[in-house]
Amino acid sequence: MTTLIEARGVVKNFGQTPALRGASMTVRQGEILAVMGPSGSGKSTLLHCLAGIFPADSGEVAFQGQSLTTMSEADRTKLRRTAFGFVFQFGQLVPELTAADNVALPLLLNRTKRKVAYKTADTWLDKIGIGDKGGRRTGELSGGEAQRVAVARALAMAPKVIFADEPTGSLDSLTGEKVMDLLTGLAREQGTTVVLVTHDARIAAYAERVATVRDGVVFSVDLPQTAAKPAAAKPDVAPAAAVKGAD
Amino acid sequence: MSVPLTLLGLLERAPSHGYDLKRDYDTFFGRGKQLPFGQVYATLGRLARDGKVAAGEAEPGDGPDRRRYIITDTGRGEVDAWLADPVEPEPHLQTVLFAKVTLALMLGKPAETYLDTQRAAHFRRMQELTELKRTGPLVDVLLADHALFHLEADLRWIDLTSARLTELAEAVRK
Repeated sequence: MTTLIEARGVVKNFGQTPALRGASMTVRQGEILAVMGPSGSGKSTLLHCLAGIFPADSGEVAFQGQSLTTMSEADRTKLRRTAFGFVFQFGQLVPELTAADNVALPLLLNRTKRKVAYKTADTWLDKIGIGDKGGRRTGELSGGEAQRVAVARALAMAPKVIFADEPTGSLDSLTGEKVMDLLTGLAREQGTTVVLVTHDARIAAYAERVATVRDGVVFSVDLPQTAAKPAAAKPDVAPAAAVKGAD
Repeated sequence: MSVPLTLLGLLERAPSHGYDLKRDYDTFFGRGKQLPFGQVYATLGRLARDGKVAAGEAEPGDGPDRRRYIITDTGRGEVDAWLADPVEPEPHLQTVLFAKVTLALMLGKPAETYLDTQRAAHFRRMQELTELKRTGPLVDVLLADHALFHLEADLRWIDLTSARLTELAEAVRK
Protein backbone atom coordinates (compact mmCIF):
# COMPACT_ATOMS: atom_id res chain seq x y z
CA MET A 1 0.00 0.00 0.00
CA THR A 2 1.30 3.48 -0.88
CA THR A 3 2.45 5.76 1.91
CA LEU A 4 0.32 8.90 2.04
CA ILE A 5 1.75 10.62 5.12
CA GLU A 6 5.01 10.01 6.88
CA ALA A 7 6.13 11.49 10.21
CA ARG A 8 9.80 11.17 11.13
CA GLY A 9 11.04 12.06 14.59
CA VAL A 10 8.46 14.78 15.14
CA VAL A 11 9.08 16.92 18.23
CA LYS A 12 6.52 19.43 19.43
CA ASN A 13 6.66 21.46 22.66
CA PHE A 14 4.14 23.84 24.12
CA GLY A 15 6.35 26.21 26.07
CA GLN A 16 8.34 24.03 28.44
CA THR A 17 5.90 21.14 28.09
CA PRO A 18 6.86 18.44 25.59
CA ALA A 19 3.88 17.03 23.69
CA LEU A 20 5.71 14.93 21.07
CA ARG A 21 9.21 13.60 21.64
CA GLY A 22 10.26 12.12 18.33
CA ALA A 23 7.08 10.58 16.94
CA SER A 24 7.49 8.48 13.80
CA MET A 25 4.79 6.71 11.81
CA THR A 26 3.29 6.26 8.37
CA VAL A 27 -0.27 6.54 7.12
CA ARG A 28 -1.12 4.42 4.09
CA GLN A 29 -3.31 5.57 1.26
CA GLY A 30 -6.93 4.49 1.61
CA GLU A 31 -6.63 3.05 5.12
CA ILE A 32 -8.53 3.88 8.28
CA LEU A 33 -5.95 4.36 11.01
CA ALA A 34 -6.80 4.93 14.65
CA VAL A 35 -4.44 6.80 16.97
CA MET A 36 -4.91 5.69 20.57
CA GLY A 37 -3.33 6.64 23.83
CA PRO A 38 -4.19 7.91 27.29
CA SER A 39 -5.04 11.55 28.05
CA GLY A 40 -2.02 13.77 27.57
CA SER A 41 -0.10 11.17 25.56
CA GLY A 42 0.20 13.49 22.56
CA LYS A 43 -2.26 11.78 20.22
CA SER A 44 -4.20 14.95 19.33
CA THR A 45 -0.97 16.92 18.90
CA LEU A 46 0.26 14.18 16.57
CA LEU A 47 -2.92 14.47 14.50
CA HIS A 48 -2.52 18.26 14.32
CA CYS A 49 1.10 17.84 13.20
CA LEU A 50 0.17 15.23 10.57
CA ALA A 51 -2.45 17.67 9.25
CA GLY A 52 0.00 20.57 9.16
CA ILE A 53 -2.03 22.57 11.69
CA PHE A 54 0.86 22.58 14.16
CA PRO A 55 4.32 22.94 12.63
CA ALA A 56 6.81 20.49 14.14
CA ASP A 57 9.62 22.02 16.23
CA SER A 58 11.92 19.44 14.71
CA GLY A 59 11.55 16.28 12.66
CA GLU A 60 9.47 16.11 9.52
CA VAL A 61 5.98 15.39 8.24
CA ALA A 62 5.59 14.61 4.54
CA PHE A 63 2.33 14.33 2.61
CA GLN A 64 2.67 12.41 -0.67
CA GLY A 65 6.41 12.87 -0.36
CA GLN A 66 6.13 16.64 0.01
CA SER A 67 7.48 18.05 3.27
CA LEU A 68 4.97 20.07 5.28
CA THR A 69 7.83 21.29 7.43
CA THR A 70 9.47 23.30 4.67
CA MET A 71 6.21 24.30 2.99
CA SER A 72 5.08 27.94 3.33
CA GLU A 73 2.13 28.65 5.61
CA ALA A 74 0.10 29.73 2.56
CA ASP A 75 0.76 26.42 0.80
CA ARG A 76 -0.06 24.45 3.96
CA THR A 77 -3.34 26.34 4.26
CA LYS A 78 -4.16 25.56 0.65
CA LEU A 79 -3.34 21.90 1.20
CA ARG A 80 -5.59 21.75 4.29
CA ARG A 81 -8.38 23.38 2.30
CA THR A 82 -8.14 21.13 -0.74
CA ALA A 83 -6.71 17.78 0.32
CA PHE A 84 -7.66 17.45 4.00
CA GLY A 85 -11.02 17.19 5.72
CA PHE A 86 -11.57 17.58 9.45
CA VAL A 87 -14.09 16.23 11.95
CA PHE A 88 -13.64 17.37 15.55
CA GLN A 89 -15.31 16.31 18.78
CA PHE A 90 -17.73 19.22 18.79
CA GLY A 91 -18.19 19.51 15.04
CA GLN A 92 -16.78 23.05 14.78
CA LEU A 93 -19.72 24.00 12.61
CA VAL A 94 -20.93 27.59 12.29
CA PRO A 95 -24.11 27.48 14.40
CA GLU A 96 -25.69 30.54 12.78
CA LEU A 97 -25.49 28.96 9.32
CA THR A 98 -27.72 26.19 8.00
CA ALA A 99 -26.55 22.63 7.54
CA ALA A 100 -26.36 23.20 3.76
CA ASP A 101 -24.35 26.43 4.27
CA ASN A 102 -21.88 24.60 6.51
CA VAL A 103 -21.31 21.81 3.99
CA ALA A 104 -21.10 24.25 1.07
CA LEU A 105 -18.75 26.65 2.90
CA PRO A 106 -15.41 24.93 2.22
CA LEU A 107 -16.42 24.48 -1.41
CA LEU A 108 -17.26 28.18 -1.69
CA LEU A 109 -13.95 29.09 -0.03
CA ASN A 110 -12.31 26.98 -2.69
CA ARG A 111 -14.08 29.04 -5.38
CA THR A 112 -16.60 26.42 -6.42
CA LYS A 113 -19.59 28.05 -8.09
CA ARG A 114 -22.40 28.71 -5.61
CA LYS A 115 -24.95 26.57 -7.47
CA VAL A 116 -22.54 23.63 -7.70
CA ALA A 117 -21.48 24.01 -4.05
CA TYR A 118 -25.07 23.89 -2.79
CA LYS A 119 -25.99 21.01 -5.10
CA THR A 120 -22.99 19.08 -3.74
CA ALA A 121 -24.02 19.97 -0.18
CA ASP A 122 -27.56 18.70 -0.82
CA THR A 123 -26.20 15.45 -2.26
CA TRP A 124 -24.05 14.87 0.83
CA LEU A 125 -26.82 15.78 3.25
CA ASP A 126 -28.98 13.18 1.48
CA LYS A 127 -26.19 10.61 1.79
CA ILE A 128 -25.93 11.15 5.52
CA GLY A 129 -29.68 10.86 5.92
CA ILE A 130 -30.62 14.44 6.82
CA GLY A 131 -31.45 15.79 3.38
CA ASP A 132 -34.65 17.25 4.83
CA LYS A 133 -32.74 19.37 7.34
CA GLY A 134 -30.46 21.29 4.97
CA GLY A 135 -32.28 24.53 5.78
CA ARG A 136 -31.97 24.15 9.56
CA ARG A 137 -29.34 26.08 11.48
CA THR A 138 -26.78 23.66 12.85
CA GLY A 139 -27.22 25.16 16.30
CA GLU A 140 -30.75 23.72 16.22
CA LEU A 141 -29.64 20.18 15.31
CA SER A 142 -29.01 17.35 17.76
CA GLY A 143 -25.40 16.43 18.57
CA GLY A 144 -25.57 13.39 16.30
CA GLU A 145 -27.08 15.32 13.41
CA ALA A 146 -24.51 18.09 13.78
CA GLN A 147 -21.70 15.55 13.76
CA ARG A 148 -23.12 13.96 10.63
CA VAL A 149 -23.09 17.42 9.01
CA ALA A 150 -19.43 17.69 10.02
CA VAL A 151 -18.77 14.34 8.30
CA ALA A 152 -20.59 15.56 5.16
CA ARG A 153 -18.62 18.82 5.24
CA ALA A 154 -15.35 16.90 5.48
CA LEU A 155 -16.24 14.55 2.61
CA ALA A 156 -17.85 17.12 0.30
CA MET A 157 -14.43 18.44 -0.72
CA ALA A 158 -13.42 14.93 -1.84
CA PRO A 159 -10.30 15.15 0.33
CA LYS A 160 -7.41 12.71 0.18
CA VAL A 161 -7.51 12.29 3.95
CA ILE A 162 -9.89 13.05 6.80
CA PHE A 163 -8.50 13.84 10.24
CA ALA A 164 -11.02 13.04 12.95
CA ASP A 165 -10.25 13.99 16.55
CA GLU A 166 -12.53 12.13 18.99
CA PRO A 167 -15.43 12.44 16.50
CA THR A 168 -17.81 10.55 18.78
CA GLY A 169 -16.48 11.91 22.09
CA SER A 170 -19.58 13.99 22.80
CA LEU A 171 -22.14 11.45 21.59
CA ASP A 172 -23.95 8.54 23.23
CA SER A 173 -22.96 5.00 22.15
CA LEU A 174 -25.65 4.43 19.55
CA THR A 175 -25.35 7.89 17.96
CA GLY A 176 -21.57 7.59 17.99
CA GLU A 177 -21.82 4.25 16.24
CA LYS A 178 -24.04 5.72 13.53
CA VAL A 179 -21.56 8.54 12.97
CA MET A 180 -18.70 6.04 12.74
CA ASP A 181 -20.67 3.83 10.33
CA LEU A 182 -21.21 6.86 8.12
CA LEU A 183 -17.68 8.18 8.36
CA THR A 184 -15.94 4.86 7.70
CA GLY A 185 -18.54 3.61 5.20
CA LEU A 186 -18.44 6.73 3.07
CA ALA A 187 -14.66 7.08 3.36
CA ARG A 188 -14.21 3.49 2.12
CA GLU A 189 -16.68 4.14 -0.68
CA GLN A 190 -14.72 7.24 -1.75
CA GLY A 191 -11.29 5.69 -1.14
CA THR A 192 -10.55 8.42 1.40
CA THR A 193 -7.91 7.84 4.06
CA VAL A 194 -9.02 8.46 7.66
CA VAL A 195 -6.78 9.25 10.62
CA LEU A 196 -8.89 8.89 13.71
CA VAL A 197 -7.87 9.92 17.23
CA THR A 198 -9.77 8.11 19.95
CA HIS A 199 -9.37 6.76 23.45
CA ASP A 200 -12.26 4.33 22.90
CA ALA A 201 -11.33 0.78 21.82
CA ARG A 202 -14.76 0.18 20.33
CA ILE A 203 -14.30 3.20 18.04
CA ALA A 204 -10.73 2.19 17.19
CA ALA A 205 -12.08 -1.23 16.15
CA TYR A 206 -13.49 0.46 13.03
CA ALA A 207 -9.90 1.04 11.91
CA GLU A 208 -7.67 -1.36 10.05
CA ARG A 209 -4.59 -0.35 12.04
CA VAL A 210 -3.96 1.31 15.36
CA ALA A 211 -1.07 3.61 16.27
CA THR A 212 -0.47 3.72 20.00
CA VAL A 213 1.00 6.91 21.45
CA ARG A 214 2.60 7.02 24.90
CA ASP A 215 4.44 9.99 26.37
CA GLY A 216 4.79 11.72 23.01
CA VAL A 217 6.17 8.73 21.14
CA VAL A 218 4.47 6.29 18.75
CA PHE A 219 5.11 2.93 20.38
CA SER A 220 3.57 0.75 17.74
CA VAL A 221 1.49 0.88 14.60
CA ASP A 222 -0.86 -2.00 14.13
CA LEU A 223 -2.42 -3.21 17.35
CA PRO A 224 -2.67 -1.51 20.75
CA GLN A 225 0.35 -2.09 22.95
CA THR A 226 1.37 -1.25 26.47
CA ALA A 227 4.15 1.16 27.30
CA ALA A 228 7.05 -1.07 26.43
CA LYS A 229 10.16 0.25 24.72
CA PRO A 230 9.59 2.88 22.03
CA ALA A 231 9.77 1.59 18.46
CA ALA A 232 11.11 4.88 17.13
CA ALA A 233 13.55 3.18 14.81
CA LYS A 234 10.96 0.67 13.64
CA PRO A 235 7.50 2.26 13.80
CA ASP A 236 5.63 -0.41 11.86
CA VAL A 237 6.19 -3.36 14.15
CA ALA A 238 4.72 -6.73 13.21
CA PRO A 239 1.34 -7.55 14.70
CA ALA A 240 1.41 -9.56 17.87
CA ALA A 241 0.32 -13.14 17.45
CA ALA A 242 -3.31 -13.81 18.20
CA VAL A 243 -4.18 -15.96 21.15
CA LYS A 244 -6.60 -18.80 20.78
CA GLY A 245 -9.84 -18.47 22.71
CA ALA A 246 -9.32 -14.80 23.40
CA ASP A 247 -13.00 -14.05 23.07
CA MET B 1 -27.16 -20.42 28.07
CA SER B 2 -29.78 -22.52 29.85
CA VAL B 3 -31.41 -24.78 27.28
CA PRO B 4 -34.40 -25.84 29.48
CA LEU B 5 -35.27 -22.27 30.42
CA THR B 6 -34.82 -21.04 26.87
CA LEU B 7 -37.11 -23.78 25.54
CA LEU B 8 -39.63 -22.95 28.26
CA GLY B 9 -39.46 -19.30 27.22
CA LEU B 10 -40.12 -20.25 23.60
CA LEU B 11 -43.10 -22.33 24.73
CA GLU B 12 -44.48 -19.37 26.65
CA ARG B 13 -44.65 -17.58 23.31
CA ALA B 14 -46.87 -20.33 21.85
CA PRO B 15 -47.43 -24.09 22.24
CA SER B 16 -45.13 -25.95 19.89
CA HIS B 17 -43.88 -29.28 18.58
CA GLY B 18 -40.37 -30.40 19.44
CA TYR B 19 -39.24 -29.96 15.85
CA ASP B 20 -40.44 -26.35 15.70
CA LEU B 21 -38.91 -25.61 19.09
CA LYS B 22 -35.54 -26.87 17.90
CA ARG B 23 -35.80 -24.78 14.73
CA ASP B 24 -36.62 -21.62 16.73
CA TYR B 25 -33.87 -22.30 19.24
CA ASP B 26 -31.30 -22.76 16.46
CA THR B 27 -32.48 -19.59 14.70
CA PHE B 28 -32.40 -17.30 17.71
CA PHE B 29 -29.92 -18.84 20.12
CA GLY B 30 -27.88 -21.48 18.28
CA ARG B 31 -25.32 -19.08 16.77
CA GLY B 32 -23.85 -21.78 14.61
CA LYS B 33 -24.21 -24.57 17.16
CA GLN B 34 -27.40 -26.51 16.57
CA LEU B 35 -29.30 -28.13 19.39
CA PRO B 36 -29.43 -31.93 18.88
CA PHE B 37 -32.93 -33.38 18.52
CA GLY B 38 -32.13 -35.85 21.27
CA GLN B 39 -31.42 -33.03 23.70
CA VAL B 40 -34.66 -31.25 22.76
CA TYR B 41 -36.82 -34.30 23.45
CA ALA B 42 -34.91 -35.29 26.57
CA THR B 43 -35.29 -31.74 27.93
CA LEU B 44 -38.99 -31.65 27.08
CA GLY B 45 -39.39 -35.01 28.83
CA ARG B 46 -37.79 -33.65 32.01
CA LEU B 47 -39.84 -30.45 31.85
CA ALA B 48 -43.01 -32.57 31.50
CA ARG B 49 -41.94 -34.80 34.39
CA ASP B 50 -41.41 -31.70 36.56
CA GLY B 51 -44.80 -30.26 35.62
CA LYS B 52 -43.40 -27.28 33.75
CA VAL B 53 -44.89 -28.32 30.41
CA ALA B 54 -47.82 -30.53 29.43
CA ALA B 55 -47.48 -32.87 26.46
CA GLY B 56 -50.51 -33.27 24.18
CA GLU B 57 -51.63 -36.50 22.58
CA ALA B 58 -49.37 -38.04 19.95
CA GLU B 59 -50.40 -36.81 16.52
CA PRO B 60 -50.16 -38.82 13.30
CA GLY B 61 -47.23 -37.96 11.04
CA ASP B 62 -43.56 -38.56 10.39
CA GLY B 63 -40.86 -38.00 12.97
CA PRO B 64 -40.03 -39.32 16.38
CA ASP B 65 -42.48 -37.27 18.42
CA ARG B 66 -45.53 -35.47 17.10
CA ARG B 67 -46.76 -33.99 20.37
CA ARG B 68 -47.52 -30.38 21.04
CA TYR B 69 -46.04 -29.05 24.25
CA ILE B 70 -47.79 -26.39 26.31
CA ILE B 71 -46.20 -24.45 29.13
CA THR B 72 -47.90 -24.82 32.52
CA ASP B 73 -48.36 -22.14 35.20
CA THR B 74 -45.39 -23.64 37.04
CA GLY B 75 -43.28 -23.34 33.91
CA ARG B 76 -44.45 -19.78 33.29
CA GLY B 77 -43.51 -18.85 36.86
CA GLU B 78 -40.06 -20.33 36.36
CA VAL B 79 -39.49 -18.31 33.19
CA ASP B 80 -40.62 -15.11 34.91
CA ALA B 81 -38.30 -15.70 37.84
CA TRP B 82 -35.39 -16.48 35.51
CA LEU B 83 -35.91 -13.36 33.42
CA ALA B 84 -36.11 -11.14 36.50
CA ASP B 85 -33.00 -12.60 38.10
CA PRO B 86 -29.80 -10.74 37.09
CA VAL B 87 -27.09 -12.84 35.48
CA GLU B 88 -24.10 -13.55 37.69
CA PRO B 89 -21.43 -10.97 36.74
CA GLU B 90 -18.84 -13.47 35.62
CA PRO B 91 -15.20 -12.49 35.25
CA HIS B 92 -14.74 -13.85 31.74
CA LEU B 93 -11.05 -14.08 31.18
CA GLN B 94 -9.67 -12.84 34.45
CA THR B 95 -9.73 -16.25 36.04
CA VAL B 96 -7.49 -17.65 33.31
CA LEU B 97 -5.44 -14.55 32.52
CA PHE B 98 -5.04 -13.59 36.16
CA ALA B 99 -3.59 -17.04 36.81
CA LYS B 100 -1.23 -16.70 33.84
CA VAL B 101 -0.07 -13.20 34.82
CA THR B 102 0.41 -14.13 38.44
CA LEU B 103 2.30 -17.28 37.56
CA ALA B 104 4.43 -15.37 34.99
CA LEU B 105 5.37 -12.80 37.62
CA MET B 106 6.15 -15.50 40.15
CA LEU B 107 8.39 -17.24 37.62
CA GLY B 108 9.99 -14.01 36.34
CA LYS B 109 8.51 -14.50 32.86
CA PRO B 110 7.33 -11.62 30.61
CA ALA B 111 3.83 -10.97 31.93
CA GLU B 112 3.62 -7.71 30.00
CA THR B 113 4.17 -9.54 26.71
CA TYR B 114 1.40 -12.00 27.55
CA LEU B 115 -0.90 -9.08 28.26
CA ASP B 116 0.09 -7.39 24.98
CA THR B 117 -0.63 -10.60 23.09
CA GLN B 118 -3.98 -10.91 24.80
CA ARG B 119 -4.76 -7.27 24.04
CA ALA B 120 -3.93 -7.82 20.36
CA ALA B 121 -6.17 -10.89 20.21
CA HIS B 122 -8.97 -8.96 21.88
CA PHE B 123 -8.59 -6.09 19.49
CA ARG B 124 -8.65 -8.36 16.44
CA ARG B 125 -11.87 -9.90 17.74
CA MET B 126 -13.31 -6.41 18.24
CA GLN B 127 -12.47 -5.58 14.62
CA GLU B 128 -14.21 -8.78 13.45
CA LEU B 129 -17.29 -8.02 15.54
CA THR B 130 -17.41 -4.44 14.30
CA GLU B 131 -17.33 -5.74 10.73
CA LEU B 132 -20.06 -8.24 11.59
CA LYS B 133 -22.20 -5.39 12.91
CA ARG B 134 -21.76 -3.54 9.63
CA THR B 135 -23.02 -6.41 7.53
CA GLY B 136 -25.15 -8.58 9.83
CA PRO B 137 -28.83 -8.62 10.82
CA LEU B 138 -29.97 -6.81 13.97
CA VAL B 139 -29.90 -9.97 16.11
CA ASP B 140 -26.21 -10.38 15.28
CA VAL B 141 -25.62 -6.68 15.93
CA LEU B 142 -27.05 -7.02 19.44
CA LEU B 143 -24.96 -10.08 20.19
CA ALA B 144 -21.86 -8.39 18.78
CA ASP B 145 -22.55 -5.33 20.96
CA HIS B 146 -22.70 -7.54 24.02
CA ALA B 147 -19.40 -9.18 23.13
CA LEU B 148 -17.79 -5.83 22.30
CA PHE B 149 -18.70 -4.29 25.64
CA HIS B 150 -17.29 -7.33 27.46
CA LEU B 151 -14.11 -7.24 25.40
CA GLU B 152 -13.77 -3.53 26.10
CA ALA B 153 -14.11 -4.22 29.83
CA ASP B 154 -11.44 -6.91 29.53
CA LEU B 155 -9.17 -4.46 27.71
CA ARG B 156 -9.55 -1.95 30.52
CA TRP B 157 -8.67 -4.67 33.00
CA ILE B 158 -5.63 -5.60 30.90
CA ASP B 159 -4.51 -1.94 30.78
CA LEU B 160 -4.95 -1.50 34.50
CA THR B 161 -3.16 -4.77 35.22
CA SER B 162 -0.31 -3.68 32.92
CA ALA B 163 -0.01 -0.46 34.87
CA ARG B 164 0.10 -2.43 38.13
CA LEU B 165 2.57 -5.11 37.06
CA THR B 166 5.49 -3.82 39.11
CA GLU B 167 3.33 -3.57 42.21
CA LEU B 168 1.79 -6.95 41.48
CA ALA B 169 5.21 -8.55 40.98
CA GLU B 170 6.28 -7.33 44.41
CA ALA B 171 3.11 -8.71 45.95
CA VAL B 172 3.34 -12.18 44.40
CA ARG B 173 7.08 -12.57 44.98
CA LYS B 174 6.85 -11.89 48.71
